[in-house]
Amino acid sequence: MDLFYITSFVLSIISASTPLLLAASGELITERSGTLNLGVEGMMLIGAIAGFATAHDTGSALLGVLAAAAAGIAISLIFAVLTQTFLANQIAAGLALTIFGHGFAALLGAGYVGIAAPTLPKLAFPLLSKIPFFGPVLFNQNILIYFSFAILACISWFLRKTHAGLILRAVGDNHDAAHAMGYAVLKIRYGAIAFGGGMAGIAGAYLSLYYSPLWSQDLASGRGWIALALVVFSAWRPYWLLAGAYLFGGITYLSLYLQGLGVLIPAPLISALPYFGTIIVLVLISRDRRRTRLNQPACLGKSFHAVV
Amino acid sequence: MFRLEPRGERSTFWTYGSPVLAVLLTILTMGAIFAVMGAPPVTAIETFLISPITSVAGLSALAVRAAPLIIIGVGLAFCYRANVWNIGGDGQFTLGAIAGGGLALLFPNEAFWWFYPVVLVTGILGGMAWAAIVAALKLRFNANEILTSLMLVYIAQLVLVWLVTGPWRDPHGFGFPQSAMFSAGATTPMIFSGTTIHLGCLLAPLLAIVLWQVMARSVLGFQLRVVGQAPRAARYAGFSNARLTWIALLVSGGLSGLAGIIEVTGPVGQLTTSITPGYGFTAVIVAFLGRLHPVGVIFAGLLLALSYLGGDAAQINLNLPNAITGIFQGVLLFYLLGADILILYRLKRVNPAAPVTENS
Repeated sequence: MDLFYITSFVLSIISASTPLLLAASGELITERSGTLNLGVEGMMLIGAIAGFATAHDTGSALLGVLAAAAAGIAISLIFAVLTQTFLANQIAAGLALTIFGHGFAALLGAGYVGIAAPTLPKLAFPLLSKIPFFGPVLFNQNILIYFSFAILACISWFLRKTHAGLILRAVGDNHDAAHAMGYAVLKIRYGAIAFGGGMAGIAGAYLSLYYSPLWSQDLASGRGWIALALVVFSAWRPYWLLAGAYLFGGITYLSLYLQGLGVLIPAPLISALPYFGTIIVLVLISRDRRRTRLNQPACLGKSFHAVV
Repeated sequence: MFRLEPRGERSTFWTYGSPVLAVLLTILTMGAIFAVMGAPPVTAIETFLISPITSVAGLSALAVRAAPLIIIGVGLAFCYRANVWNIGGDGQFTLGAIAGGGLALLFPNEAFWWFYPVVLVTGILGGMAWAAIVAALKLRFNANEILTSLMLVYIAQLVLVWLVTGPWRDPHGFGFPQSAMFSAGATTPMIFSGTTIHLGCLLAPLLAIVLWQVMARSVLGFQLRVVGQAPRAARYAGFSNARLTWIALLVSGGLSGLAGIIEVTGPVGQLTTSITPGYGFTAVIVAFLGRLHPVGVIFAGLLLALSYLGGDAAQINLNLPNAITGIFQGVLLFYLLGADILILYRLKRVNPAAPVTENS
């Protein structure tokens, strides 16, 4: 295989992995604060249409990304109010967010089906982008791909090295102790949920403004759920998330590649590969109960209500 | 300012009052959404919630839509009571349709009276098999059932697409992605001639009552509730968590499969790529709105069935996208979850000027 094919192969994997990485990075922070938000798929869809509509109406893809983040945050706050202030069951509230997101995105997007919007431009570094292989892969990508790496590094640094990160982890591992130490558990969780919403929204914008790049009702096609599985896969550690997202990007690419080859396996069954892979990965990773218990935020999914 | 104060016990009034409050708030919110979209709110709500059921045809359409929601919903209510989060009802529905439908396609000329029951049982087994994967992975490998059951929804849908575009495609179907129509021997019987009400509409409330009795009166039902509400107590009492997880998933999977096979051998009449408008997900709302109680599920199933009819009516009469069905369902669940706090807490007025006094 010559360099051209290898380059396009690596580019395709990066392209397919980025939405998973973006959405999962946000959910990682949400879950580290002790909140399980199953609404990633819904927030992605809302972000996708908000981004697409804004980019179409203003002519700026970057404004679209900002709008997508804002929309993701806005809708995640519904979840935050329900689960944090009204102490609702997080599983049910997350599902409600996904169902609502599907409907709301379809409603907002009714007028945007089958039309084009400006797509995210590539940010080429002068000279560097001309290097064979490394140029196109590392120095000529769209801005959200750079962003996905930068934000992951920030998250890792934040969780390991900063005081605020330590507080976030404390809230996720023992909200009663964190509360007793005077930290505002609910405010921190609101923030973590909003961050997750914003990232899911950006992941949606990546799909509608770059990957697809069109609006359709089933644009997310389970990516939000795969992102949730990736957080479990990573055992709530940022760099493992990177590995997981790229593994899944690889599987997604493989399924597209096999379909293109016209191998004997029928196309719909090949499309099932990423979902099948998610199950396999979940099984492999959850098998070790001790490891899961060790890494999982101890308060994940539990409501907190201070008596005083 | 208001403050939440624990009641110390569950409020019976708000257990049943909260769904009513949620429905009222949802109707008000839908009115606001209609107004924003430029439709007169009162007329729009009338079109959405009342006009679909003002005729006999409308009422029988409601029963047909409610049947799968109730059948899946009672199964999910049963499952959620045990704290097992099966949200893959749509996948089990699809597998039921594939398994039973496959049998019906295999013997297109079978006309014996027992053939249809065999098709139904095959559908149930198909749904059970799909849920059994979830149970096995959860118990053997500790894999999260929410994620595995959901992934199986996507896989089931793609298997169905493969079957109706490949091996099971109707050779006389002009290339459309659909199977042959099911024969008369494998068709859901109609209950009232002249309407669309079929066997499933009758089975749905019957199954709800059976499951109600199982949950309320049997040892199994008791064990299920204890495992869900107090897992430690259940362990001390020696209840097998694995056995109850299996039962919860097999019952809900089997019921979803039954709903699937009834739907394709009834209203749909063949296997196509779109046999469910997300009944499995809507049934999650049905289960919660029905307070995880089979009788409540019947009422909730009817209301959410109405939201499908209302979406169609709004599309035809008011030119609104029928996506408002999904919005109605999502908003309803939001309000329900929010209002449910009143079951365990009461709102207490707090004067911000006065110092907060402790009462414990």
